[in-house]
Amino acid sequence: MKIAVASGKGGTGKTLVAANLAEVVSRTLDTTLVDCDVEEPNLHLFFGGPATSAEVCVPVPVFDLEVCDRCGKCAGFCRYGAITVLQDRILFFSDLCHSCGGCMLICPKGAIREEPVRIGQINISHPSSLLTLVSGILDEGQPHATPVIRSAKEHSMSSCLVIFDAAPGTACPVVETVEGCDACILVTESTPFGLHDLRLAAEVADCLGVPAGVVINRSDGRDRKTTEFCTTHELPVMMTIPFDRKIASVQNRGELISRRSPEWQGRFSGLFEQCRDLAGVRR
Amino acid sequence: MKICITAQGPHLEAHHEERFGRAPYFILIDRETGAFEAIENSFASGAGGVGPKAAQVLIAHKTNVLISGAVGENARQVLSAAGITMITYRAGGTVRDALEWYLRNNPGTPEGQ
Repeated sequence: MKIAVASGKGGTGKTLVAANLAEVVSRTLDTTLVDCDVEEPNLHLFFGGPATSAEVCVPVPVFDLEVCDRCGKCAGFCRYGAITVLQDRILFFSDLCHSCGGCMLICPKGAIREEPVRIGQINISHPSSLLTLVSGILDEGQPHATPVIRSAKEHSMSSCLVIFDAAPGTACPVVETVEGCDACILVTESTPFGLHDLRLAAEVADCLGVPAGVVINRSDGRDRKTTEFCTTHELPVMMTIPFDRKIASVQNRGELISRRSPEWQGRFSGLFEQCRDLAGVRR
Repeated sequence: MKICITAQGPHLEAHHEERFGRAPYFILIDRETGAFEAIENSFASGAGGVGPKAAQVLIAHKTNVLISGAVGENARQVLSAAGITMITYRAGGTVRDALEWYLRNNPGTPEGQ
């Protein structure tokens, strides 16, 4: 089973939910936790241990100017504006290239080949006997997060349970993370911004056909607008975490609230059972 | 000599558009004859890479001078490699205002350009 943790708004508590969920279920189930927030991965702060690394590369075109006759078909094909063919040279913007390979296919002269270029890496560690942590890390200055997320997902496919911690927002990195999952936990907070972005994130999950449920974090008890929204859109509220300084201070020390508290262990086990229900997985 | 002015509409009385890659129209004016032609920028609402794509349109139309407000770094590289002169104009008004401003400041004979 694959569970994505997403939010829309940043800072609502995706990492808190993903880390504690993985901590609790990995006591009995073979679990892989995947940090798909590759621009700012942080799950490794909660789980120690040495990591092994693998490079993530993407193919980019290289032009043979001896063979190229400047016909410009590649530039015309490239919808990302990465290639401009001039009479005396070719301008290539690697930041704009999406590594689709189309320029190479369309070149009538066979003047384009591809070369791999590093854009990030995957770190893999084993914090406990049944838990594997896979962290996607995008190199600084690289614009395309999705190939690193895709690679992180590929590195996690051997476990029976995989939990993906998504990036904030609702753009390509989130779509890449949530696509193909069996259930999606949407973490929100009871603020107007939290609700605004929950609406967008719920729409993404819906478009991708992934059943979703909601966790309300930092609740001050006045969650009526959020719960009304959830009722209207048939999103179960699976868990409510109170606004509590003690929770924040545990988290800020790199600790997990479920590590020592049986109460929180029980609550996160309950969250996992509800995810199973969402995904329609038989127990 | 061909002058391109970024515009919000397809004629000389349209508002000048400050953005280059996302300008809705490019107005191409022949300095010698005064004839003009409006080209709709099909990349105006594209997701990304619109600067270099728009620059390619100007190259295809053999433009010599671009009058616009803000040209992004990628587009600037393409335009400069193609030898297109970029003029920054941010005084607002219409395409005609921008053209007259340019002609006032560049009265030289167009021959040989």
